[in-house]
Amino acid sequence: MAKTTDLDVSYVSKLARLNLSDEETQLFQKQLADVLKYAEKLREVDVTHVEAAAHAVPMFNVFREDEPHDWFTADEALANAPQKANQLFIVTKVVE
Amino acid sequence: MSRPDLPALTIADLQSLLRRKEVSPREVIQSLRTWIENVEPKIDAYLSIDFDTAIREAEKVDVALSLGGVPIAIKDIINVKGQPCTCGSKILGNYRPPYDATVIQKLRAAGAIPFGKTNMDEFAMGSSTENSSVKVTRNPWDLSRVPGGSSGGSAAAVAADAAFGGLGTDTGGSIRQPASLSGVVGLKPSYGRVSRFGLVAFASSLDQVGPLTKTVRDSAMIMNAMAGHDPQDSTSLPDPVPDYTKNLGRDVKGIRLGTPKEYRIEGLDPEVKSAVNAAIKQLESLGAEIVDVTLPHTDYGIAVYYFLATAEASANLARFDGVRYGYRAKDPKDLLDHYGRTREEGFGAEVKRRIILGTYVLSSGYYDAYYVRAQKVRELIRQDFVKAFEKVDVIISPTSPVPAFKLGERTTDPLAMYLADIFTNTGNLAGICGISVPCGLAKVKGSQLPIGLQILGKALDEARIFQVAHAYEQSTDWHKQRPKL
Repeated sequence: MAKTTDLDVSYVSKLARLNLSDEETQLFQKQLADVLKYAEKLREVDVTHVEAAAHAVPMFNVFREDEPHDWFTADEALANAPQKANQLFIVTKVVE
Repeated sequence: MSRPDLPALTIADLQSLLRRKEVSPREVIQSLRTWIENVEPKIDAYLSIDFDTAIREAEKVDVALSLGGVPIAIKDIINVKGQPCTCGSKILGNYRPPYDATVIQKLRAAGAIPFGKTNMDEFAMGSSTENSSVKVTRNPWDLSRVPGGSSGGSAAAVAADAAFGGLGTDTGGSIRQPASLSGVVGLKPSYGRVSRFGLVAFASSLDQVGPLTKTVRDSAMIMNAMAGHDPQDSTSLPDPVPDYTKNLGRDVKGIRLGTPKEYRIEGLDPEVKSAVNAAIKQLESLGAEIVDVTLPHTDYGIAVYYFLATAEASANLARFDGVRYGYRAKDPKDLLDHYGRTREEGFGAEVKRRIILGTYVLSSGYYDAYYVRAQKVRELIRQDFVKAFEKVDVIISPTSPVPAFKLGERTTDPLAMYLADIFTNTGNLAGICGISVPCGLAKVKGSQLPIGLQILGKALDEARIFQVAHAYEQSTDWHKQRPKL
């Protein structure tokens, strides 16, 4: 397991697309270091030959019929848009 | 006309009055409205209420249905068409879902009326409801204390007779712990038993919707309406749903109750300890057999939970990007600024903290050491329960190690708050079912504070835990105790 000091909140906040103030960055750095220190106990557990459990109840290959059905109208889908025009979402510019 | 005694009724009693036409659905809504207007300024359980729609639905509801005419409060993380859904967060802005969650469709089909949305910790992240970005909900038993969380609004509303029943969600204890702290019955169904379609996702492999009610029978009635397979949720289980009220009234003779030695922890409040011990003796006197069991990996539960739940949350909450719905930061200079500021301004502190932790444990170089290892220890925790349930029918424990704490008492130390889930979150990791029922009142500084007994059952064995919980409940008066408001 990695050392708890490896956590760089400022770097991770960039990965998470989540700006933080300097105060938040410092506070989380300390608080999450405590949490990671507490979680170091997981290192004690022998997990050789243990399969990772993604779900408590194993289920595989869940399919349904691929049939068209009525869903939202464009107006319904756009009803909550922060910005919209001409039946479209207005988004922040992504290309130069 | 409104009758002041109506809101105090259980769902079962209310529904039989409605069915016999001794009271009309409209009259029920009106008397509930009067009572809510009286108590809501004290407890602040609701984020939004739509009485006008509720009255219109009451006019045409079929009272012959199992929940016909029964108003139900809904945690504000479950989509109800046309009603606000904030998740206790600013980031959802004025979002109004264009559809009903499957659980809401099913409750409507059974005649229930979802009339209001209850307060919660933001995105269900918390154990006190103090992480709501909107307001603080107070415990009806002592207004200076928390109702528990994250489903604290539904718990407080039911405890104060401001709802006949409510829905909550439980990812690590968020139904059972507030039920315990507020003195009501709270059920976390087995993973996959209730559809998650239309529930705003926090940790998808752990989340379940479940009822908060005044009695075990009411809980079983809501589950009868709500459980079952949903093609819209690929994790929902196809197994048939039994009639959960069928075992109610059956005794517990010969039922084997497991008491895990790992649950005898330091830090357990002495009054909680003595109330739970008395409850175990009570069940023994009713004919149950007490058996020692062991759950050797219990001590790792919190660490596993906080790695897996935050990892899943960091992925799930990536959808809040200010594009299709919800809050968007003003005048972003480019796309990264748009995302970074929208999320900075929209999320509260606890949500940010968990997104950071979850992103970290999934990031390159740490994924195997933290995330995969936690998943493996999760499997060991699950196997602990499988082995224990070979020897016993149900497992008994306190729901929360302490009664309701003071508002503000734990907000500065996240780790201390996380430890509040110690008896509940392994149940989510293992995918099993669990219920909390009132089992005592602690006397703390002049207040009487509810204590909850947790009964855990194996996956899909809800009928069994209802049977044990009902037998215990009916042999005591704890469920009849109500806070004075």
